[in-house]
Amino acid sequence: MRITQGAFSFLPDLTDQQISAQIEYALEKGWAVAIEFTDDPHPRNTYWDMWGIPMFDLRDAAGVMGEVKACREANPDCYIRLSAFDSTRGWETVRLAFIVHRPKEEAKYRLSRTEGAGRVQRYEIVRA
Amino acid sequence: MTVTLAPSPTQSQSGADTGAIKDAKKRYAAGVLKYAQMGYWDGDYEPKDTDVLAVFRITPQEGVDPVEAAAAVAGESSTATWTVVWTDRLTACDSYRGKAYKVEPVPGQEGQYFVYIAYDLILFEEGSIANLTASIIGNVFSFKPLKAARLEDMRLPPAYVKTFKGPPTGIVVERERLNSFGRPLLGATIKPKLGLSGKNYGRVVYEALRGGLDFTKDDENINSQPFMHWRDRFLYCMEGVNQAAVRTGEVKGHYLNITAGTMEEMYRRAEFAKELGSVIVMVDLIIGWTAIQSISEWARANDMILHMHRAGHGTYTRQKSHGVSFRVIAKWLRLAGVDHLHAGTAVGKLEGDPMTVQGYYNILRERHNEVDLPRGVFFEQDWADIRRVMPVASGGIHAGQMHQLLTLFGDDVVLQFGGGTIGHPMGIEAGAIANRVALEAMVLARNEGRDIMAEGPEILQEAAKWCKPLEAALHTWGSVTFDYTSTDTSDFVPTASVA
Repeated sequence: MRITQGAFSFLPDLTDQQISAQIEYALEKGWAVAIEFTDDPHPRNTYWDMWGIPMFDLRDAAGVMGEVKACREANPDCYIRLSAFDSTRGWETVRLAFIVHRPKEEAKYRLSRTEGAGRVQRYEIVRA
Repeated sequence: MTVTLAPSPTQSQSGADTGAIKDAKKRYAAGVLKYAQMGYWDGDYEPKDTDVLAVFRITPQEGVDPVEAAAAVAGESSTATWTVVWTDRLTACDSYRGKAYKVEPVPGQEGQYFVYIAYDLILFEEGSIANLTASIIGNVFSFKPLKAARLEDMRLPPAYVKTFKGPPTGIVVERERLNSFGRPLLGATIKPKLGLSGKNYGRVVYEALRGGLDFTKDDENINSQPFMHWRDRFLYCMEGVNQAAVRTGEVKGHYLNITAGTMEEMYRRAEFAKELGSVIVMVDLIIGWTAIQSISEWARANDMILHMHRAGHGTYTRQKSHGVSFRVIAKWLRLAGVDHLHAGTAVGKLEGDPMTVQGYYNILRERHNEVDLPRGVFFEQDWADIRRVMPVASGGIHAGQMHQLLTLFGDDVVLQFGGGTIGHPMGIEAGAIANRVALEAMVLARNEGRDIMAEGPEILQEAAKWCKPLEAALHTWGSVTFDYTSTDTSDFVPTASVA
């Protein structure tokens, strides 16, 4: 199974050139690019590990790509995502996020369920 | 005696007889005065920052002076009745009067006028759309001297905005909960909208979400009918939602329609949706303003996204001459506190010209609206940091229009392809894949700097080379358009259609 989080997971994995173009887009908007990685891409795992702090002052896609490559080398068996943060008042949130690296073997999850009264099911998404 | 608003020889837009009578003894003598004489017209009035402003489009009856008609609208939507009453003198009545302060002919529409009215903030109870609407649209739309009237726009001062809680979730927090950034969200309404059993209905939910949609949706009239009782629907839908989440690693949702005959029953359904772990519930506009504000309170207390289906609005928003513009309904709903609102597609099967629809989107999404007459926005509006509403584009749209939809509406919108998902020749999951691939390919291309309005069809064809479901979708629907002239358009630009 393919984890399809992020803006471009239904496309073939992006090439480094395509990733660079997206970084350029984010930088042009004035957004700060950040890199995060995890071995647990559970849909509700909000806090992936940060590869340093968001690159607020880096205005050059090549520099960001250098960090992406370093993160890939250090964490080949993790998911790595790139996100672009907009600090404009009223947004102050991520405006673009997509996966830039996947492990060879993707994570698998399954449903665990507890039956309750009145046919109610309590669902839990757990690692398969 | 007959009460009329007939023009007097001296009274007209030349302004001769439109002044308020200052002498209190004459002003409050028993009998009938013109509304302008009673003080509901003041061409020199400078609206205060705290005034509520409204602009109406009116069509006075033959021979009725537009200024007097404007004063009548101001009067009937504030303190006036048809005759002088001495009990006015027990109040600071001058300050309670709505004041018509500007009348302009509608460009290109003979006999129609835009009438601007200012209302002092004291006239409105804090945090109550019911009270606001009872004043502004309570009486005046049935007023005999007008052939027709339409509330075109309102300016709601920050002092008033701050008395409302607004959207319980808003765009920013919704995206953070869904963990989805940088592309429109995708949805589909389950079809056929009536008749499926709970088990079959949940199957459609599962297939569509697993295929790549973020949301599926109950339609406006699916409540608790003999073929599917509401608990069954909720249970099977949540089974589909959770199965799809497990197989994609994404947060998924189904708008569970909790619309019911009483608030007690709506709360019961809302509580059950919460118990099952749904991230979102929906209600229909026809439940009414007080019910909307109540369920919004509930949604805020329970971390629930609140989806609003604008069922019924077309009865009063569509015709330009009479009713309430949808941009006003959008403003009221942002205050009342909904997170999603259907606001039109421009390119789909339902009413809405592109610029007018963009005006609605801007009202829902921006922190501050500037005057934008081509988009139908008459007033500057400061939203005082109230949260943003996610607009929903739904009704007769398909993957082949992706470049148009993305260009018109940007990233913060839910694009809902009901028939365009479920009617796919290879099945529902394939329909969802086609939509998601088309969307992601288009966002990627736009971000790369490509001119997607020019190159859109080519971008879709490129993706269709490696994505069979998209190829089939384009083959089936690629040429479908709904190119009819819109009814509700701005009076300030030539009307454009989308094709």
